[in-house]
Amino acid sequence: MAIDTQARDKALASHSQDELRGLHHLMLLNRRFEEKVGEMYTRAKVGGFLHLNIGEEATFVGAIKALQPGDYLFSTYREHGHAISHGVDPRRVMAELFGRVDGTSRGRGGSMHLFDGEKRFMGGYAIVAGSIALAVGTALASVYRETNEVTMSFFGDGATNNGTFHESLNLAKVWKLPLVFLCVNNQYGMGSAVERVSAVTEMYRKAAAYDIPAERVDGMDVIAVLDASRAAAARAREEKTPYFIEAVTYRYRGHSMADPGTYRSKEEVEEWRRRDAIEGFRHRLLEAGMATEQDFEADEADVARVVLEAVDFADASPEPDPAVELRKDVYVGDVPVSWR
Amino acid sequence: MGQMTYREALNQALREELLRDETVMLMGEDIGLFDGSFKVTQGLYKEFGERRVRDTPISEDTIVGAAVGAALAGLRPVVEIMTINFSLLATDQVVNHAAKIRYMFGGHATVPMVVRMPGGGGHQLGAQHSQSLEVWYATIPGLIVVAPATPADAKGMLKASIRDDNPVIFIENEGLYNTKGEVPEGEYLTPLGRADVKRAGSDVSIVAHSRMVLLALEAAGVLAKEGIEAEVVDLRSLRPLDVETIRASVEKTSHAVVVEEGWGSYGITAETAATIYETAFDFLDAPLVRIAGVEVPMPYNHNMEQACIPTVEQIVAGAKKTLRKAAA
Repeated sequence: MAIDTQARDKALASHSQDELRGLHHLMLLNRRFEEKVGEMYTRAKVGGFLHLNIGEEATFVGAIKALQPGDYLFSTYREHGHAISHGVDPRRVMAELFGRVDGTSRGRGGSMHLFDGEKRFMGGYAIVAGSIALAVGTALASVYRETNEVTMSFFGDGATNNGTFHESLNLAKVWKLPLVFLCVNNQYGMGSAVERVSAVTEMYRKAAAYDIPAERVDGMDVIAVLDASRAAAARAREEKTPYFIEAVTYRYRGHSMADPGTYRSKEEVEEWRRRDAIEGFRHRLLEAGMATEQDFEADEADVARVVLEAVDFADASPEPDPAVELRKDVYVGDVPVSWR
Repeated sequence: MGQMTYREALNQALREELLRDETVMLMGEDIGLFDGSFKVTQGLYKEFGERRVRDTPISEDTIVGAAVGAALAGLRPVVEIMTINFSLLATDQVVNHAAKIRYMFGGHATVPMVVRMPGGGGHQLGAQHSQSLEVWYATIPGLIVVAPATPADAKGMLKASIRDDNPVIFIENEGLYNTKGEVPEGEYLTPLGRADVKRAGSDVSIVAHSRMVLLALEAAGVLAKEGIEAEVVDLRSLRPLDVETIRASVEKTSHAVVVEEGWGSYGITAETAATIYETAFDFLDAPLVRIAGVEVPMPYNHNMEQACIPTVEQIVAGAKKTLRKAAA
């Protein structure tokens, strides 16, 4: 994507210093949080599959910061940062990754199934494209109740090849729902490059089939994502119409911790790392006089504290006791789970 | 008490719940303007409008997914899937989402929704329209699965399903819609999870659900003329299964015939048979008899199709077999 630096500077200048500093802090928090989670995984504190979103911070922070309190967010299995950015307590996220009772899902969900209904973080889901249909449902409920809420649905490039994606776009348009489809195009569905599996490689063009307004943004530019998402959410809210944003980004790490990364070159990864969202943003903030190196150091110290607190909290939280927890909450009310 | 069809009973249940609770809304293919492909929703679109009674595209997966999402947001959606065969397109939303969400999110979410759909064969609709797949859903923890056989149960259980805070799979049967029965006047709910002894008897227990209950009752009438008193246990609820009612009946009769319209292998009868052997083995005087659909894709030809579906004669013969009385 060609970058118009003048336009970029103008976009940056339209935001308050507080907001810009907040974006930096949140991206950095998510970066350091994920790095710590990776470390905890190698120390066997975190089990199962682990999908880190290092590299994608500008995309999800920019998009989620466009939402207002009360707005619904649905996510995928690469969702730790999505949850944190939507207001979920990092300590409870870490506790969930550790499988502890103080986790967002009482240790039953793990990395792929965080949830916080109070924050309207409506969950991480492990079936590609599955949660897009759920997002149609909350958006429908908002229209049904004549509230002013918007739903945002995160999904990857891979999900756009799934039938549920197409059914959901169609239904959202037919029913005129306030729903922002947010495609995180990190260019690989597991090990499959977009051009190997998708007939159309610019994902936003798929929205045209359903007459949904759509645009593609630089997913490494937090301001570009935020501005596009804010405009999309405003339109969705006011006009009761779905909107589609494709943010082109890159995950530095493998699909999961088990990914050897043989499907892409080291040079390609290096090239994207040179465009790092946080580094690039810092550079722009310095140039614009919106922050100093000391500010960044202060942010580093603060997020280090938050991450450490999260680890301590998770470590201190008890393991769920199967005798108490195993059969709870399969149903609401007095339904026998099983007589076995 | 008034006589009405199973279809009318369902319609009344939906109408009463729509009137009672603003959060109840219906979704499905052609349930509105078209009045429903089996006319269960007749008149509701006209009365309640498209906000409450919503026509959908042919997108089973996303219809059910949207219902899950709406339920997460506090509505009580009731989805009609035209037939259970088409629900296979929505199994991801039913099994991976509706059934899992409460537990996997630590009990912090609820999914109060109903998916209604008819199963069953007998109408020359061929292999892709004639299956009885309720057992697929009945194996899944997190779902409640019910299959009422009579208009009274259809109404009381549908109302109870709509008010339940869990995802409920509500199985109807194309062959039941026109059947008639007494339905109590006024407001009532039929509890989910309880079987019902539809006819008391002392000699043999016939355990069935949905339309097979009507065949079991007919078979019991035939057997009575020969001096055999059959007890008909209508499961009504497949998950949770009312183990105690099944056990108590077999304890009394010491003989059992288990029946289902669908395929028996790994089926509802496999579960009821295992339940009887595990809980009432000591009371059995003979091996039980299992009667189920012939295990082929349903053929179109009338005679071939009828040969697939359990009959009254088979149930009568099954009862005599377990009682070790020569079949007539």
